[in-house]
Amino acid sequence: MIQGIVNEERDENRSKSSAEMGRKMIYGVILAGGIGSRMGNVEKPKQYLMVGSKPIIIHTIEKFCVHDQFEKLIVLSPKAWIETTKSMIHQYLGNKDGRIVVLEGGDTRNETIMNSIRYIEETDGLDEDTLIVTHDSVRPFLTYRIIEENIKYGLEYGAADTVIKATDTIVYTKDVKLIMDIPNRANMYQGQTPQTFKAKKLKELYYSLSEEEKTILTDAAKIFVLKGEQVFMVEGEVFNIKITYPYDLQVANAFLGNETVKEAKDRG
Amino acid sequence: MLNTIYRLVAPRRFEVEFSDINLGGKELIIRPTHLSICHADQRYYQGLRPAAVMKKKLPMALIHEGIGTVVHDPTGEYSVGQSVVMIPNTPTEEDSVIAENYRLSSKFRASGFDGFMQEHVAMSPDRVVPLDESIDKVIAAFTELVSVSVHSISRFDRFSHERRNSVGIWGDGNLGYITAVLFKYMFPQIKLYIMGVDIEKLSQFSFADGTFSVSDIPKDLYFDHAFECVGGGASQSAIDQIIDHIQPEGTISLLGVSEYAIPINTRMVLEKGLRFYGSSRSGRADFLKTIELYRKNPEIVGYLRNIVGAQVQVRDIPDMNKAFEMDIHKSIGKTIMIWDK
Repeated sequence: MIQGIVNEERDENRSKSSAEMGRKMIYGVILAGGIGSRMGNVEKPKQYLMVGSKPIIIHTIEKFCVHDQFEKLIVLSPKAWIETTKSMIHQYLGNKDGRIVVLEGGDTRNETIMNSIRYIEETDGLDEDTLIVTHDSVRPFLTYRIIEENIKYGLEYGAADTVIKATDTIVYTKDVKLIMDIPNRANMYQGQTPQTFKAKKLKELYYSLSEEEKTILTDAAKIFVLKGEQVFMVEGEVFNIKITYPYDLQVANAFLGNETVKEAKDRG
Repeated sequence: MLNTIYRLVAPRRFEVEFSDINLGGKELIIRPTHLSICHADQRYYQGLRPAAVMKKKLPMALIHEGIGTVVHDPTGEYSVGQSVVMIPNTPTEEDSVIAENYRLSSKFRASGFDGFMQEHVAMSPDRVVPLDESIDKVIAAFTELVSVSVHSISRFDRFSHERRNSVGIWGDGNLGYITAVLFKYMFPQIKLYIMGVDIEKLSQFSFADGTFSVSDIPKDLYFDHAFECVGGGASQSAIDQIIDHIQPEGTISLLGVSEYAIPINTRMVLEKGLRFYGSSRSGRADFLKTIELYRKNPEIVGYLRNIVGAQVQVRDIPDMNKAFEMDIHKSIGKTIMIWDK
């Protein structure tokens, strides 16, 4: 399952010294396992498409690179894209950040997360406080604060989810024909990522589910909630968008498009 | 790395924009933590600059006074987590004669290019100065303004003749207060007098040798040298008074900014043989000197605490507007944004 480690030597030194120092073990887990069937006729999975001058996944990894608290940054990629992911990391980030590890993703989102936990267990070991900050690779506009607060509240509450207030009214239906309920919008939030968990707890909860439950519970935070565990709500950002549809890609490029105008203005 | 920038796009309107910072270069990545609002920022925020200037400069991130922590250093010079003061002046060429803050080619944050209202700021390692953890960060946030006073006082030492029995400072606002505090510590032997309009504000200058209302300055009171820290339309009357109350061949340091051309009584300037020198902005050497003064004289930081005004935690754009609006309505004091973006 473990497909490769970028700069293995430095990686080992980091974890040894960290364990010796007894510091909290915190891991960035970047979920790039999806194939992106909703993006239309594109050949690449969406996380490998360009926004500005870099692939989306590189932008996302970079946001984690500037956080010193992470022991490792685990990138989970589709099997066929592992080598491409590694070479992209090498091309855009060089070998400067020896914390980056590329692994194969699983069949589902939760199986992908379990692969990362398995890797942590096999290499550094799991303890009660081992924390994973999981994030969609196609959300490159997350901010330093969002990551920082995920770590802070993940450690404090055991789990944290990034959310923003719902701006549209949410309607609830069961038959996709008639509205059954319109919940009070003031109580409604939209989920983003990162989602942060104590890894050992998540693993225990996940493997306590039946196969049927595993199929239904695609969101790891929901597993915590259904099992009666606390999940802290971290305030996200409206612009922390998930690049899912071709329209989103245009929006993401438009975000950076303003920069081109501004830079030209600065120059002259 | 994608970086969120909060740019002023029109008076009173901030919007989110993004840039792509190169992590593979030689620049430090600083995360701002405490940002201080200056009059210059307010002139953009309220749309008080001429329309042509607004059109040319916006959209632009405001704020040139601030501190932050190092989150990424490719040079290995700084450790991650180190607190630093950020230097807004950014020279683009060397010059052994003209100081970095006066070179026409230099760029200045929140004037020629984006200021510190950003998620991260990429800066050359020589554009930051390490900050002792012992120094209160809220006060350290406006070190840039203090360094401009230090710069001006250093130039006083360079330009003024040796008779230095007394010095007068016109202006009882933030700049006047800071200049007075720093002057007292840099030249404790020189008698220091403050001229202002507000009795309440003047009462804060307890360390000075005397304070006077500008409407009640004794006719026979003369100073060897003077600092003008008034700015705006009142600069004219302040400079007039200074010319009246300064001894021949004295120096007058101009620090107050005005949008308008200020008439000066040149007849009396000629008759008294006065020397004017303008001081604005500051360079790395001035920042280092300021931090050293803080270190050697912790009392300075204590005095500066008196002009800390509102502290506003900023987590979203409405908080930014709140901080700027509160700053408009204050009488004295620096408004500090606790930057949590």
